[in-house]
This record gives sequence, structure tokens and C-alpha cells, in this order.
Amino acid sequence: MGKWEDNKAWFLVLPVFVLVAISAIIPLMTVVNYSVQDIFGPGERYFVGIEWFEEMLANKRLHDALWRQFLFSGLVLLIEIPLGVLIALAMPKRGWGVSVSLVLLALPLLIPWNVIGTIWIIFTRPDIGLLGVAINGLGVEFDHTAAPLDAWITVMLMEVWHWTPLVALLAYAGLRAIPEAYFQAARIDGASPWAVFRYIQLPKMRGVLTIAVLLRFMDSFLIYAEPFVLTGGGPGNSTTFLSIYLVKLSTAMDVGPAAAFSIIYFLIILLFSWLFYQALQNVGTGDRQ
Amino acid sequence: MRLQKRTVGLILYLGVMLLPIYWMLNMSLRTNADILGAFAFYPADPTFANYVKIFTEEAWYSGYINSTIYVSINTLISLSVALPAAYAFSRYRFLGDKHMFFWLLTNRMAPPAVFLLPFFQLYSTVGLIDTHIAVAISHCLFNVPLAVWILEGFMSGVPREIDETAYIDGYSFPRFFVSVFVPLIRAGIGVTAFFCFMFSWVELLLARTLTTTVAKPIAATMTRTVSATGLDWGLLAAAGILTIVPGALVIWFVRNYMAKGFALGRV
Repeated sequence: MGKWEDNKAWFLVLPVFVLVAISAIIPLMTVVNYSVQDIFGPGERYFVGIEWFEEMLANKRLHDALWRQFLFSGLVLLIEIPLGVLIALAMPKRGWGVSVSLVLLALPLLIPWNVIGTIWIIFTRPDIGLLGVAINGLGVEFDHTAAPLDAWITVMLMEVWHWTPLVALLAYAGLRAIPEAYFQAARIDGASPWAVFRYIQLPKMRGVLTIAVLLRFMDSFLIYAEPFVLTGGGPGNSTTFLSIYLVKLSTAMDVGPAAAFSIIYFLIILLFSWLFYQALQNVGTGDRQ
Repeated sequence: MRLQKRTVGLILYLGVMLLPIYWMLNMSLRTNADILGAFAFYPADPTFANYVKIFTEEAWYSGYINSTIYVSINTLISLSVALPAAYAFSRYRFLGDKHMFFWLLTNRMAPPAVFLLPFFQLYSTVGLIDTHIAVAISHCLFNVPLAVWILEGFMSGVPREIDETAYIDGYSFPRFFVSVFVPLIRAGIGVTAFFCFMFSWVELLLARTLTTTVAKPIAATMTRTVSATGLDWGLLAAAGILTIVPGALVIWFVRNYMAKGFALGRV
């Protein structure tokens, strides 16, 4: 299936390009500008080259936050993608159940992020919150304000609760697009449910799963409001993720190091998104038809 | 039998998922002292005072109106620029198409804090601070790329013979696009509208930075009131319940499109 070759198609893309470029290029230039200068005040700025970058790359606390971030985003992908696909597979195909489960699934996505953190503060309180009371009722010591592991579990629970529906909604829409004829053919061949999933449903979901993986990776790597409101990055620094550290840095020091850090941050996300994108575009292409 | 196990699993998941939302509802029907005073599975003495306050005080309900206005503008802009662009990506090969497609997504990859200062300066220069349109345009940064990606998937699911037949029948491009093609991808437009609505609705940093009073979003109203009165949990929970409503309505309208599915993924 070759596409039509025509550079006039650029006219169709132009509005998007202009709109996004205005919003993207000016901030980018500003940040690059700050990242190579030391600014003491208006009119007092010195070119420092890559000094801020060197300083940031050698920063021990940045390394810690970075590893924490990789662990967090890795867990997010490992839990949310399979769970979202499972939910999508379990959802009804027709009838009133479809409407009900779609609307219910969307609910966590629609709460503003700072409110999510606030609600979970109460929800997990051991004295007046449902989850906190339930866990303590089981006889388990649980306090996310004191124990780093408990804080991690709470943040992960909140994250999975909040964002798995996004994966499920995308996967469901992808599943519903598979023509019924595929399943009939599989039934005639006597294919097992696993074979149907592995050779029909999974390959057909490649497109939606690519978007789901990229969105979840980018957004979880940039996560700020929910864990910050819930734990404030603590106890200690145990839930200080990369963006929380960036904000701490930019309020504590001048903009140069923060700008250099932002650029490094962006490049890391760019690199991994590109790798995911390439992998998902190419993996298992031999299986199709 | 297998089907039943699946359904039980789904109901279990949805039940657990609703617990935090139930807790928010529970809190919204209680007074602040009651919430902090004791644990209660359900409000023993439910009060609607929190909701009454939100619906009668302008500082509160104007937040919902402002958010709805800029989110709607944003969804409209995002869809109208993304539709032709997604068509170009799904049908044509042109100079730099693949790079352009991926570049769009890179705009979602920078830490949002990076955009705050430059955006503030940019919109101050053109005198758009504290207007709905400023927030709507700034949210295009992350919604337009997403809209292009999702719509492109839907469009690639439509066979190209339809375009060819229409052109042979003498349709011009604009007429073909509006009267033949757009109706074919209604489902995709519905789903895209929901995602644009959702991401713009919950975004706080940019919306808060670019507004002061006239266009202040509801999420910002919530944080401000919290810090001023020393955390009124009941009021906050009521406001939280109300922030879910508009989006739930949107997904209710597009649910049938979603169930019809879409053929994302270029082959």
C-alpha cells in the first residue's frame, strides 16, 4: 500500500506546524539561552558555556532522582499496560455494560491532578481514611509519611488507580476495531483463547498500544503534582522524582542549572520515547498475515 | 464459564477503583469537623452545605465556567487544525513527513515547568494574559500532537479507494473532506475530542500561570481556597466531585463511538 507522493500535503500540515512551533520554539530558545549563562541580575550575565551541564551531570542527588524516576516509570509501564489490556479484554462488547464501564473507567482521569493528591492524603490516613483504616485493621503497620517503602506503595497505587483507565480505554477502542471475521476464522480453526490473543488481538492493538506506552512513559516520567501533594517528595528524599527535584532546584538556585537540567531531562525522555517507538513499530512485524 | 470469570474480575476492579471516588463523595457530604473527627463509612448526617457554597459563591462557580470555556475552545482548535494534518500524514508521503510526525510528539516531552516563564512573557507581550484564548492556545502544545496521532490512526483505517472514487466523481478536496470523509471517521473525532477535553481539563500549571482572575480555572480556585482557609476538606471534595461531571458527560456522548472502535496503527 504505497502512499501518494505529494509535497503539497505540507499545506495541510502547516496550521499544526505553525501553532505548535510558536508554542515550542520560543520556550526552547529561552531555556537554551539560560542554560549557558550565569545571571546575577538584569544586565549582569556571563556566558559560562557548558559549565552548568557539567555541574548537573556530576550532581549526586540528580543521579538518585534519575534512578528513582527510571524505577518508577518502569514499574508504571510493567503494571499499567498489561492491566489495562486485561481490563479491555474483560469489558463487554455490547449492551448497557459497555456504557457503564466506559463512563466509570473515565472517572479517575477527569479529576485535576492536585486534587487527586489531596484526596489520597485523606483516603490513606490511618485514622480517618478508608484505605488507611482497612490496612491497619488487617494488623499491618502502614504509614506513608514515615516509611519510604509505604510511601512508594501508596504513590504507585495512586498512579495505577489514576492512569490504568487511560490504557484500558485505548486498548478497548483498538479491540473493537478488529473485524468479526477474524474471530470467526479463529473459531473454525479451533484456536485457543491464548492463540486468538497472541496472533489476532495483540498484533491488531499495536497502534493503540504504541500510543499508550509512549503517553504513559512520557507522563509518568514528568509526574509532579500527585506525588508532590501526597508525600512532598519524602519521607527523606524517597519519593523525590525528577520533576520534583527540578522544581526544588529552580527555586533554590538561579535559573542556569535548572535550565541545563531541563534540557538533559528532555533529551532522556526523547531518547527513550524514540527507542520505544522504534521497538513497537518493528517488533513482531513478521507475524502479520 | 470463562466469560463469567472475566466479568467478575472486571466488576471487582471497577469496584476497587471507585473506592477513592466514593470516599471523595463521602467527604463532600460532611462538614470539615466531622471528616477530621472520626472515621465513618457513610455520612451519618449528610449535608449539602459544601455544594450550596460552590453554586452560590461566584469565586467558585466562575472557575467551572472559565475551565469549560477554555477547554471547549482548545478542543475546537485542536480538532480543526489536527484533522487536515492527520489526513496528510495518513494519505501522503511528503518531505520530512516521518520526522514531522514524531517531532509533534516531542512537544509533550519537556517538563511543563520549562514553559511557564517563556509563556508568561510571550502572552504578556501580546496582551493576552488572563484571557481564555491564551490558556486554550497554550494547551494546544500538548493536545494538537495527541489529536494528530489519534486521528491519523482512525484515518489510516479508511480504505484509500474511497478517496479515489470521490475524486473521480469530481469532488473537490474540501467538499470531499467535509461531506464524505469526516462522517466516516466520526468515531475517531469523538474519541479525540474526549482526550483533548480530558488533558486540557486537568492541566493546572499553565492555566494557573496565564490567568489571574477573569479566566481563573477551577483547579486553581481549589488550591487557593485550600491555602486560605487551612484546608476545608469537605468543600474541596465537593468541588472535586463537581469537576468530574463535565468530563463524564463528554464520555457519555462519545461512548458509542468508542465501542465501535478504531483501527489505529499503520500497516
